[in-house]
Amino acid sequence: MQMIAEKIKEKIKELTENGKISRVMGWKKGLYGYDSEPFVFENGDLRDFTYDAFSGANLCKYMIAQSKNDGDGKILVLLKPCDTWGFELLDKEHRIKRENIYALGIPCGGMVDIEKIKKSGVKGITEISEKEDTLILKTMYGEKEVNKKDYLLDKCLVCSSKEYKDCDELFMTDLCGDTAEYDRFEEVEKLEKLSSSEKFEFWRSQLEKCIRCNACRNVCPACSCVKCVFDNDNSGVAAKANANDFEENLFHIIRAFHVCGRCVDCGECSRVCPQNIPLHLLNRKYIKDIKELYGDEDEAALLTFTTEDKEPSVVYERGKNNV
Amino acid sequence: MQRIGVFVCWCGSNIAATVDVKKVAEELKSEPGVVYSADYQYMCSENGQNLIKSAIKDYSLTGIVVCSCSPRMHEATFRKTASEAGINPYMVEIANIREQCSWIHKDMATATQKAIILGRAAVAKVNLNTPLTEGESPVVKRALVIGGGIAGIQTALDIADAGYKVDIVEKKPTIGGKMAQLDKTFPTLDCAACILTPKMVEAAQHENITLYTYSEVEEVKGYVGNFDVKIRKKARYVNENLCTGCGECTSKCPSRKGLNEFNMGLDGRGAIYIPFAQAIPNVPVIDTAQCIKFKTGKCGLCQMNCPSKAVDFSQKDEFIDEKYGAIVVATGFDIITLENYEEYGYSMYKDVVTSLEFERLMNAAGPSKGHLERPSDHKQPKTIVFVQCVGSRDTTGCGKEYCSKICCMYTAKHAMLTREKYPDTEVYVFYIDVRTPGKNFDEFYRRAVEQYGVHYIKGMVGKVYDDGQGHLMVRGSDLLANEQLTIKADMVVLAAATKADESARKLGTMLTASMDTNDFFTEAHPKLRPVESPTAGVFLSGFCQGPKDIPETVAQAGAAAAKVIGLLAKNKLKSNPCVARADSLICSGCSNCEKVCPFGAITYAETDVNDGTVREKRRVAVVNEAVCKGCGACTVACPSGAMDLKGFTNKQIFAEVDAICRQTGE
Repeated sequence: MQMIAEKIKEKIKELTENGKISRVMGWKKGLYGYDSEPFVFENGDLRDFTYDAFSGANLCKYMIAQSKNDGDGKILVLLKPCDTWGFELLDKEHRIKRENIYALGIPCGGMVDIEKIKKSGVKGITEISEKEDTLILKTMYGEKEVNKKDYLLDKCLVCSSKEYKDCDELFMTDLCGDTAEYDRFEEVEKLEKLSSSEKFEFWRSQLEKCIRCNACRNVCPACSCVKCVFDNDNSGVAAKANANDFEENLFHIIRAFHVCGRCVDCGECSRVCPQNIPLHLLNRKYIKDIKELYGDEDEAALLTFTTEDKEPSVVYERGKNNV
Repeated sequence: MQRIGVFVCWCGSNIAATVDVKKVAEELKSEPGVVYSADYQYMCSENGQNLIKSAIKDYSLTGIVVCSCSPRMHEATFRKTASEAGINPYMVEIANIREQCSWIHKDMATATQKAIILGRAAVAKVNLNTPLTEGESPVVKRALVIGGGIAGIQTALDIADAGYKVDIVEKKPTIGGKMAQLDKTFPTLDCAACILTPKMVEAAQHENITLYTYSEVEEVKGYVGNFDVKIRKKARYVNENLCTGCGECTSKCPSRKGLNEFNMGLDGRGAIYIPFAQAIPNVPVIDTAQCIKFKTGKCGLCQMNCPSKAVDFSQKDEFIDEKYGAIVVATGFDIITLENYEEYGYSMYKDVVTSLEFERLMNAAGPSKGHLERPSDHKQPKTIVFVQCVGSRDTTGCGKEYCSKICCMYTAKHAMLTREKYPDTEVYVFYIDVRTPGKNFDEFYRRAVEQYGVHYIKGMVGKVYDDGQGHLMVRGSDLLANEQLTIKADMVVLAAATKADESARKLGTMLTASMDTNDFFTEAHPKLRPVESPTAGVFLSGFCQGPKDIPETVAQAGAAAAKVIGLLAKNKLKSNPCVARADSLICSGCSNCEKVCPFGAITYAETDVNDGTVREKRRVAVVNEAVCKGCGACTVACPSGAMDLKGFTNKQIFAEVDAICRQTGE
């Protein structure tokens, strides 16, 4: 990874010198080596630039604000394969000014979830370095080596595609790791098998952990409204949702409906959730339903109509088998 | 704050018998904004309307709620009343306490409670109503008729005679439909072709009619007065402009294995063929599945022999885009396939035929040149058994539950014609009931029995089998004599049930015209609007709406034409003011509404947005109000709620739901 990061830096320098870009949206090193965060590098200053096993954050959403002003010149954005899906959605929905962006597709071998490492009992990490698939963890209590593959982010465990969408250039992308063999609908299927009341209990117990920090909404490339209905007093939605203790539940259910048919399954909502609510499962259930009802090919299934579309009664029919 | 008047109608006893109207009026009096409340026997009567008008004046009402029948019945009436009394017609809300309340409930207490809740929801909505103004939209003075059978032809002729342009789209290579295949027509026994072909010719020659044969409707967009239709004109591989219809090609075609559809597959035809002698247009078509040239690349005899160089193997499907003010569906019928009725042996025995096949066997232009002979050995049958209701009135799930309506009469016709031409033939008819309601119908049937000596047997056939000596043994029951009987027959004719044409379902979806479970199109009102679809601008002609004989079809075709003419005669249609609008302050310009809009009413514009804190140019949605039909699809597709429907705003709907869900403490 360090080698890739260096090469990317060289590439950035080249693009900057050629006048193709004025800024870079990338990841900046944190204090401990596992807390890199999105950052805009300006004036060719790439100090603390990193691209490591902890660069899981999808940068595409920042492009809404960063591409707005024509006067700022082009911004380079670094995108992993799954990041490009959200990027493409933002482009399709006219939420970014594509002409002000230079999208560079970069390789990804899966990103690591530091929480998983910490949970395994490793404490006091001070520094992390990588050697192929091995993470060398320097801690206050000594050094430890772990295999990166054992601590991947949930979203990487179900990595379904290494396809890059809507990029201006692909850089070293042949170094991408393999997709996961794990079926991303397996967890959804498990939930589908529950009875209505079990499902209700499951989601109730998950969603009641929500602290309404709005991280899921803010990171979601499909949640890109100028004004969210929950922030719009005039819409009355927020007032309705908080009529009782069901508020958090309704927030997530309404959000799932709003992104239904548009969600690209990037898994960011669950990654950023500080309460570890598996929010992506709500969205993935919709994706599964849409695939089953309208097929794989129909990209805007809920917005288009064809004479072959399922009749609405299908919902009732399916519901009958699953009381 | 609105000043709302509530008017509760008794509808005679229709509502008052199950709903305590006085209590409803009393309860709604205390709803927010309500300043006046009254009940009356017939609110739609002149007295009732005057009651509303004077209340509007006396109490300075700004909005009214009428608790009455469905808005489909009297919403227009009360809107007019309101506007005559000086308030905007869109300040009127109807609470449907008849169809959705009194008619479906028996218990007065619960029905009354429900009526109050429905009234409450309407009051909550009126509180948020704003005055709206109707717009206007132009009418394209051209009609489309889908289907070129007798129904479509008659409708087209009537519209064309009134001076409007009409296009007929027919999926087969010729117009004429099922009627062209019939031999004689009941009850007068005139020859079908003799009365149909003049109409076909008239349609073809009419200056206001354009025929698109071998064509199908591919896509329908738009709305009443302004439909945009894409028509696929399938490649015939024969240039219609060059072809003289000489028939040289059809006689030279070496491939003779095609089944002649017009003769119900009872004889063959070439790969290039004209369906029948009087076909219109008289232009052949190539069956590419059969044609040697298309299959192997070798042959081309038809092209070589064509004196006018009209055969063109490279022809492609053509697409025609046209605008129409009205669309008439005349897709007609077909008969069911008989795989569910193996007991009659249709698939096993050549001499078991359907009635439509029998028509061809009797017809002078048919495979046997009008000499009645059985398909297996071309011998003249001496005993024929007709079986009625094969798949009709069938509640077992194998066939159709409805009565096909035409079979009793055509079977009587077949029986009569057989006895007339071949008096030495014994004719038996198995029936469940003989249904002959129609002018001169029962007389016709009685002639068959009394004058022509046809043996009518009340009962069903259980089995048809071969006796091994070239006879078909028909075993059935005679319910009147209460006995089982077996008839040794030479031929069995099955009155197979009718069904809606297969193209109907797809077309119904395209037109968003509702259909019943049998794929027959639904009429806007079963008694009062029988030739109109509930979808504005779509009209129904003939069998596509339900089983019909020729006289009924022609009558309905004329009625549909009259409705179309009434529409096309208007220069402008009042357009619904309940259309969508986008709030540019909230709109993110994501294009979801544009994608979901079935009418193409939404575009985007870079707009200066100033919400007090942010000033910028943004891409926001703009609704073309003339094109928007107020379906509301965009309002639900919009994630941020920037799209709203005038007259049905999200807030109004929320208010209604809130009012319905409000705890009343009762």
